[in-house]
Amino acid sequence: MQPPVPEQLSRTIETLYRSESGRVLATLVRLLGDLDLAEESMHEAFAAALETWTLAGIPDKPRPWLISTARFRAIDVIRRRARFDGAERDLVAHMESRVNDAPSGNEEIGDEEIEDDRLRLIFTCCHPALLPEGQIALTLREVCGLTTEEIARAFLITPATLAQRIVRAKAVIRDKAVPYKVPALQELPARLGAVLQVVYLVFNEGYSAAAGAEVTRAELTSEAIRLGRLVIELLPEPEAIGLLSLMLLQESRRAARTSPTGELILLDNQDRALWNREQIAEGVALVERALKSHRFGSYTLQAAIAAVHAEAESPAATDWRQIVALYNQLVRIQPSPVVYLNRAVAIAMRDGPEAGLEHIDAALEYGELANYYLAHSARADMYRRLGRTAEARSSYEKALALTQQEPERQFLQEMIKQLK
Amino acid sequence: MKYICFGYYDKSKFDGMTESERNAMFDTCLEYDDHLRASGHWVGGEALQGPETALTLYWKNGKVATTDGPYAETKEQLGGILVLEARDMNHAVQLMAQHPAMTYGNIFEIRPAGDMNEIMKASEQRRRQVVAP
Repeated sequence: MQPPVPEQLSRTIETLYRSESGRVLATLVRLLGDLDLAEESMHEAFAAALETWTLAGIPDKPRPWLISTARFRAIDVIRRRARFDGAERDLVAHMESRVNDAPSGNEEIGDEEIEDDRLRLIFTCCHPALLPEGQIALTLREVCGLTTEEIARAFLITPATLAQRIVRAKAVIRDKAVPYKVPALQELPARLGAVLQVVYLVFNEGYSAAAGAEVTRAELTSEAIRLGRLVIELLPEPEAIGLLSLMLLQESRRAARTSPTGELILLDNQDRALWNREQIAEGVALVERALKSHRFGSYTLQAAIAAVHAEAESPAATDWRQIVALYNQLVRIQPSPVVYLNRAVAIAMRDGPEAGLEHIDAALEYGELANYYLAHSARADMYRRLGRTAEARSSYEKALALTQQEPERQFLQEMIKQLK
Repeated sequence: MKYICFGYYDKSKFDGMTESERNAMFDTCLEYDDHLRASGHWVGGEALQGPETALTLYWKNGKVATTDGPYAETKEQLGGILVLEARDMNHAVQLMAQHPAMTYGNIFEIRPAGDMNEIMKASEQRRRQVVAP
């Protein structure tokens, strides 16, 4: 076999990194018992691959090759570290024996075991001992294989800032001895909740950016969907299924959400022919599956609401009665002002703007919404529909003062102009 | 991706070391550099002579002017630079965090290499246009 040309090989290795590093790292963390050590050994293994595979060609099964190479490299790393920070001799001996005696020696590690390892890694990266910003950064880097620079670009911060979040998060894992395991059954709902929150935060970061020309940020939505799929593949809990459904249904409207010039288009005015039917079909099937479990939560209910919209041929044909009913369930488990606000908008669609205005004002009394632009923009919409132009304009102006997002600003300015 | 690591050290501390202490430091540091070479992370690196050997060029009144010494005076001196090949910033941090020079009080500033590709391409195009009749 002809040895591959290095440039092609390095591209192949980069692709392999994206698809395999999460699995390889997850298994190495279990074998070595240390995230930093696992990561460093993995990098060494990928570097070794570049050199070895140039001559010998790519092995049939790159994953076991990478894992076993990394294990041998780990011993060198441990010895070097021992000299660096003067770790005790018996600690080094312990680590060495751990590497050497790790189960399954050189034989291949089963796929099932590797998938379990991935789940452990996800729970470790989303451990509640870490700050949410640390959980997100660590999950994207260690589980999804993104680079520090890619994540920083997507979150509009400098690589140095993001690099420090990762360094700090790793220090917490080390210092607090965060265990590398899937939580016990009684802890699972809360811990899974933290994982799903990380996935949804990643999605929303990409979704709110999707309106602009910022492609890198928009890619976060596909990364979040990929993560969501991974979670339900490993742990098919109803809420995880509900979250994936919710993300797919929101993503299905991506092409219809913005005009060619980057202006935001609201649900009512979207060209429904542009909605992605494949994603809708998958999202609807998933939400039905989650609802059947009777153990669902707020993601599933939000997905169910999104599904009602997705299945309606036009805004007028939307089953607002069902949407209000779902919001009534949602406020019971998630009584947040934002949910009350959304319910108010649905009530307006069912019963008219007068009723909607009443509910929006009730939601605004919580105070938390006072600086939330969508509350004022929804209020403006009610006034507009009631023909109370002056009040509508002043509410739109209030909303405009509260948002920095360019597409939203353009939309609000346009509404104000129409009322003049 | 390439990262340039600037190593700063405290000269008074270095001057206060015995010869065998210095040798031990050099040995461990150079050994680690060898490891970086062997694992493909070493792109290049040089030690620097003292700041008193520096010559600084600058532009003044439409002409190049020179001055003795470094551009900026700091307590820590820039002692050397190291160019690393690493996957990302955190990988570079991980590699440098284990550099034995750290235990001797060295400070490393890590910066990603600037990507000049686009600028170079655009510049080549501009210069070609100037040459073409």
